[in-house]
Amino acid sequence: MSKLGSLGARLYRGEVGYDFVGKRKIWYGISILITITAIVGLAVRGLNMGIEFEGGAVFTTPKTSVSVAQAEKYAEEASGHDAVVQELGSGGLRIQVAGVDTAKSDQIKADLAKDMDLKANTINADLVGPSWGEQISKKAWTGLVIFMVLVVIYLAIAFEWRMALAALIALIHDITITVGVYALVGFEVTQGTIIGLLTILGYSLYDTVVVFDSLKEQSKDLTKQTRWTYSEVANRSINSTLVRSINTTVVALLPVAGLLFIGGGFLGAGMLNDISLSLFVGLAAGAYSSIFIATPLVADLKETEPQMKALKKRVLAKRAAAAAKGESVESAPQDEDDEPQDDVDQDAAPAGVVGPRTQPASRGRGRGRPSGKRR
Amino acid sequence: MAAPKKGRRQSAPGKPGRSLAFILIALVALTGGMFLSGNTTPRLGIDLAGGTSITLQAKNEPGQKNAINPTNMNTAVSIINNRVNGLGVSEAEVQTQGEDNIIVNIPKGTNEKQAREQVGTTAQLYFRPVLTVASGEPTPEPSASSSGKDKDKADPDKATEKGDDKASSTPTASDSPTSQGRAVTDGLKADATPTPKASDKASDKDDKASPTPTPSADPATAALQKKFTELDCTDKAQRGKVGDGIKPSEQTVACGKNNAGQWEKYVLGPAELNGKDVDDAKATINQQSGAWVVNMDFTSGGSKKFSKTTSKLSQQQPPMNQFAIVLDGEVASAPSVNTTLSANAEISGSFTQESAQDLANILSYGALPLTFQEQSVTTVSPALGGEQLHAGLIAGAIGLALVIIYLVVYYRGLSLIAIASLLVSAALTYTLMTLLGPAISFTLNLPAVCGAIVAIGITADSFIVFFERVRDEIREGRTLRPAVERAWPRARRTILVSDFVSFLAAAVLFIVTVGKVQGFAFTLGLTTLLDVVVVFFFTKPLMTLMARKKFFANGHKWSGLDPQRLGAKPPLRRTRRATGSAAGPVDPKEA
Repeated sequence: MSKLGSLGARLYRGEVGYDFVGKRKIWYGISILITITAIVGLAVRGLNMGIEFEGGAVFTTPKTSVSVAQAEKYAEEASGHDAVVQELGSGGLRIQVAGVDTAKSDQIKADLAKDMDLKANTINADLVGPSWGEQISKKAWTGLVIFMVLVVIYLAIAFEWRMALAALIALIHDITITVGVYALVGFEVTQGTIIGLLTILGYSLYDTVVVFDSLKEQSKDLTKQTRWTYSEVANRSINSTLVRSINTTVVALLPVAGLLFIGGGFLGAGMLNDISLSLFVGLAAGAYSSIFIATPLVADLKETEPQMKALKKRVLAKRAAAAAKGESVESAPQDEDDEPQDDVDQDAAPAGVVGPRTQPASRGRGRGRPSGKRR
Repeated sequence: MAAPKKGRRQSAPGKPGRSLAFILIALVALTGGMFLSGNTTPRLGIDLAGGTSITLQAKNEPGQKNAINPTNMNTAVSIINNRVNGLGVSEAEVQTQGEDNIIVNIPKGTNEKQAREQVGTTAQLYFRPVLTVASGEPTPEPSASSSGKDKDKADPDKATEKGDDKASSTPTASDSPTSQGRAVTDGLKADATPTPKASDKASDKDDKASPTPTPSADPATAALQKKFTELDCTDKAQRGKVGDGIKPSEQTVACGKNNAGQWEKYVLGPAELNGKDVDDAKATINQQSGAWVVNMDFTSGGSKKFSKTTSKLSQQQPPMNQFAIVLDGEVASAPSVNTTLSANAEISGSFTQESAQDLANILSYGALPLTFQEQSVTTVSPALGGEQLHAGLIAGAIGLALVIIYLVVYYRGLSLIAIASLLVSAALTYTLMTLLGPAISFTLNLPAVCGAIVAIGITADSFIVFFERVRDEIREGRTLRPAVERAWPRARRTILVSDFVSFLAAAVLFIVTVGKVQGFAFTLGLTTLLDVVVVFFFTKPLMTLMARKKFFANGHKWSGLDPQRLGAKPPLRRTRRATGSAAGPVDPKEA
């Protein structure tokens, strides 16, 4: 832990760090690849739409000794349609029959109960008309579009339009990946999947917003200095919030993993499982995109701005000059602009060691500090 | 060096005690309210408690483009509500969701099949002249219908209950036929007249004509007659299907009950008026006779049609002097007409207050230009529902435990604050959900449980944002108290912005979607709001208080705030630690 802790500190100070923004082309490439794979998967394999989308009935039985194959036979006899039977963690069965209408489901249920020697009222029936899924997805799309518009407006106001745009792209990216995974793996798409997918909306952005917030703070008064380019600051804000991002993602994934495990382990396929599966995939994609896609995109967009271009020129010129003088350029990624408003006196800090700040020392009037000591 | 004296004093910790007291009072009040209201557990949704949930989607009638509007939807809800509650179901809920959905939740223990039929039927009201009446069973018995009857016998109370709900009759009434009743007719009449009427209109029904060669000149009429002969009104399935696909302009057969509660079948002429022609209908007491009657007011167009119809009908012989009020393909009432009537009319008969009101409802609501399609029906047995709830709770517990373990390992002492906050948040969520049950009929369904579990992550995220900020400040070399005060405004902004985004997503989902998705969105939105409340009124003040404790302030190595572990920037004066975060010789003050 202490290692992690100090890693956190070094990340925070920029002593270590991964050049997310610098290597963005690689990550863009990877994302584009994933997206293309997802689209191809979607086009070729399509989504395995659940019963909600085709219309049909799902019967769930309590614990029974009837085998899957037998139940399948019973169900097919009773309905005259193909049946899909899965065993559940509880020992019960989940029997799916496509293309059944409302009136018929009662009869199937009664037949099943008789065949399997169960009471009819212990069998759950979930019956959906063919247009139900269509309606759900229509509403989901409407919700998605409305949310995107609102969130872009909000982010554009709270931050700026470039960040809003980047966040939007990252969001679309997350959804594409999630849908792609569903197409490739062939997970069933149900109402629960859609719920999960829609939740990613807010959640994927949560991480992005945290990074953006830090970036906004760090890039304040950026043009007044000549030490960093916007990209560098962006990279530092990713790195300094990396621990936070990892922690929030882990903490978000843990309960979802619990759901997934319990949903899958105890109940077999079902609503819990469907929601948590899409959440899990979506959350992971969301964490990835906020670090590797959203922020580098902001940097790219930002650096098309004339003043940022000029800043970059100035910074590079200054560095070239400094290099010419033989001064270390390396002292660069530290300190100071995390709080540009602080008057920091940069006393002769050697490379690699952070320029100590005068303020905190005396400001720190906690008990731990010997008040007598003066430098 | 000048600044520090004033330090961050002005952004003083405020009054942490006050906020903590506030949230504790809120918690006590909510818990108290919970016990006072007698609801100590959240209301469980159908999928957890067991029962049936039916989702209906409204469709415009052809030619009625804008029929789906809140007024019509609410009217439809009250019709369905009447029907479901006519079943004697307690706590059945009927509500609109989204712009064109109606959700009917029927708790366990009711006859689900029956409820479904009640709910699924559409409110289509027509006035059709009666052409023939016969007793409800197949007349000359050419076809076997015993199976149908057997089925019905197995469920004897079904028929009566249904009739009750339709309000067309009073099963207890034993009065002789009145203008409402039509018990006068006997089964033989069915044979007597094939009613070769309206053949011009019936011709567009040709395609439906049965291929069986019949001696009749008009195949459509023959088909109708065959249908009529074979119709068994005591068979529910037949009864429900008999009117399917019949246009108002066609002749049709239909079932209805007479005053004695027996099924009768009718051949009915083309619709003369429909529900839209009725302006209003009320159940009133006739001043002279003191009996319950139903008063109808027609629209101007309707009254013209009505007077035309009644003048025609009043000259006919029974049973053809009756017009049938057909709701959803079933004859609700078939009063006979003695005279020409116009703008308003009174239907009298052996009504009870209830049956009169029901008929009035049917008449005034029948005007709905909507049909409903059953979108999904979910039946959950209490046992399986309970199992799912059980699994959900286990999942929640595991999720919470994992998060707590992670927080403890990573944040050590700080995790106490996080865990306390999570517990407060959980308590608030639980009490609110419980209280919202009776208040706005919030029910906890499976997706809502999911939402609550996912919310553990969201809530913990806020603490992480705050803690990391505090730790960042400590890394800057601050001691805990100023670090907390300095970290807060920034963490606050981050938390607000990201929670706002989450809330926005939940709100949009809640407004746009229907059914299960909505329950999920509601929970998510609620917990997001609570997260803000908890962080502002509990976590932050608690942190401020804790920062005064030696354990945290001195950066005990289990506090999670040990500056050394965090790799705090060494304060200037301690040059020997300036080498960075490597432990090195332990500074006595920090130990």
